[in-house]
Amino acid sequence: MKLHDIAHGRTGDKGDTSNISVIAYDPAHWPLIRDWMTANRVAAHFETFDVRNIERFELPQLQALNFVIRGALSGGVTRSLAQDAHGKCLASALLEMQVGYED
Amino acid sequence: MSILRIGAGAGFQGDRIAPAVDLAERGKLDYLIFECLGERTIALAQQARSADPSTGYDPLLERRMRAVLPACVRNGTRIVTNMGAANPLAAADCTRAVARDLGLTELKVAAVTGDDVLDRIGKFTLDETGEPAAALADRLVSANAYIGIEGLVAALEAGADVVICGRASDPSLFLAPLVHEFGWARDDWHRLGRGILVGHLLECAAQITGGYFADPGVKDVPDLANIGHPLAEVDSDGNAVITKLEGTGGCVTRATCIEQMLYEIHDPVRYLQPDVVADFSNVNFEEIGPDRVEVSGATGAKATGLLKVSVGYRDGWFGEGQISYAGANCVARGTLAISLVRERLSQRAVGIIEERGELIGVNSVWPSANPSDQIAEVRMRYAARCCDEESAQAIGEEVEALYLSGPAGGGGATKSTREVVAIASSLMPAAEVATTFEMKEVKHEAA
Repeated sequence: MKLHDIAHGRTGDKGDTSNISVIAYDPAHWPLIRDWMTANRVAAHFETFDVRNIERFELPQLQALNFVIRGALSGGVTRSLAQDAHGKCLASALLEMQVGYED
Repeated sequence: MSILRIGAGAGFQGDRIAPAVDLAERGKLDYLIFECLGERTIALAQQARSADPSTGYDPLLERRMRAVLPACVRNGTRIVTNMGAANPLAAADCTRAVARDLGLTELKVAAVTGDDVLDRIGKFTLDETGEPAAALADRLVSANAYIGIEGLVAALEAGADVVICGRASDPSLFLAPLVHEFGWARDDWHRLGRGILVGHLLECAAQITGGYFADPGVKDVPDLANIGHPLAEVDSDGNAVITKLEGTGGCVTRATCIEQMLYEIHDPVRYLQPDVVADFSNVNFEEIGPDRVEVSGATGAKATGLLKVSVGYRDGWFGEGQISYAGANCVARGTLAISLVRERLSQRAVGIIEERGELIGVNSVWPSANPSDQIAEVRMRYAARCCDEESAQAIGEEVEALYLSGPAGGGGATKSTREVVAIASSLMPAAEVATTFEMKEVKHEAA
């Protein structure tokens, strides 16, 4: 299934760093999201971006993860040539990720 | 005071004004906060001020003040805002002039200054370049420290009805009234941490009432067109209920609150602020009624003693052009257009530092996307950062020229050019930054 089926999220930015949250709709899906959404898998999902490193934070009481992705924004909103210079679309792009192994 | 009612009038420079007026009129607010200063806004404001010393504050200040001052004065609601941008003193003058024009007979407007550290930034290293700011030489435009609550609280204690600052940390605009009203000690880290959480949840206004949230069929938001701005009911320990006015659109739910709490905070254990390091890692939200969410669990620790400084500098010129292709084979025609522009620019003496070409609808925000042959239309976009203005203009010219000299069926070309003012950041000891305020008053004058 797609992450979008079981989670929602939001993107923010500071300089060249993107901050993407991933939040389970249903606590029952939290263990899958927590275990599947490793920093390495997220890095692979964003492989076409020039990402320097990814930090990952867990908030179990909120069934939420917070990813801090450095180098994702082509230098940041003030000088990036990107159309979406803030990277506001990136949470939606992350929700495209497949979670769990195919049956 | 047992419960303080504090509302968010704006979450960015271009925010909608009507929800702020609604809050001012019906919110029974003690405070209405306007956060209007983005990362780059102050550098652009500084450029404006250099050209004309009477400007440099938020261009919408006058409209916002004219819209909300009558209700705020009538209801005893005090205003705190960073709309002073690069010129809080001129912003206070403007606010006073609006008040007089509205026939208000008494108003105290404080301008808080001290965030401008351009004269001291030279020796401090920039995170992005690893070099001292002085190396930017004449490209340096502005340097502003993210100040905390000190100057804001001092202005409130002096009785200001309206407090206008430039660069301050966004949550500090909300923390200052809480500290002023509840008398929290400056080392009461847990309460300060809770106050920062309230500020952080409210600082983007509609982003916690259902804005930046709707995903049709999955995350639906009722009556989004008439979305209301949020307010918090905060007790003297910093615990709060986030809500919005009855009759407004949008929603305040556990989900909207979690999304906003994690927005731009990076490490939830260490949300660095000028007056405290806030810890949101154990925060929880409970829905206690329709559009009412109780917030608890934030804590805090001693501040780092360092302030973040945003440094604005000129970094070349940006040029861009766009043109649309539709129907059969549109992806191939858009792709051909990009290669034509590249080839033609390479034949001219154009100083390009970096560039990108893309097809909006295919790969402009998500480079890994694969075009489907079902795509009905694309918009070709070519953008470059250049050494000078003339080079940047050449970018849009070559895209526009695709009308006659490009692939079949190109339509709706647009072009633009602007100077790039980039932002870098640095850290400065808080002791180097002294804030102060100046009060400008409207006094009743006997006829």
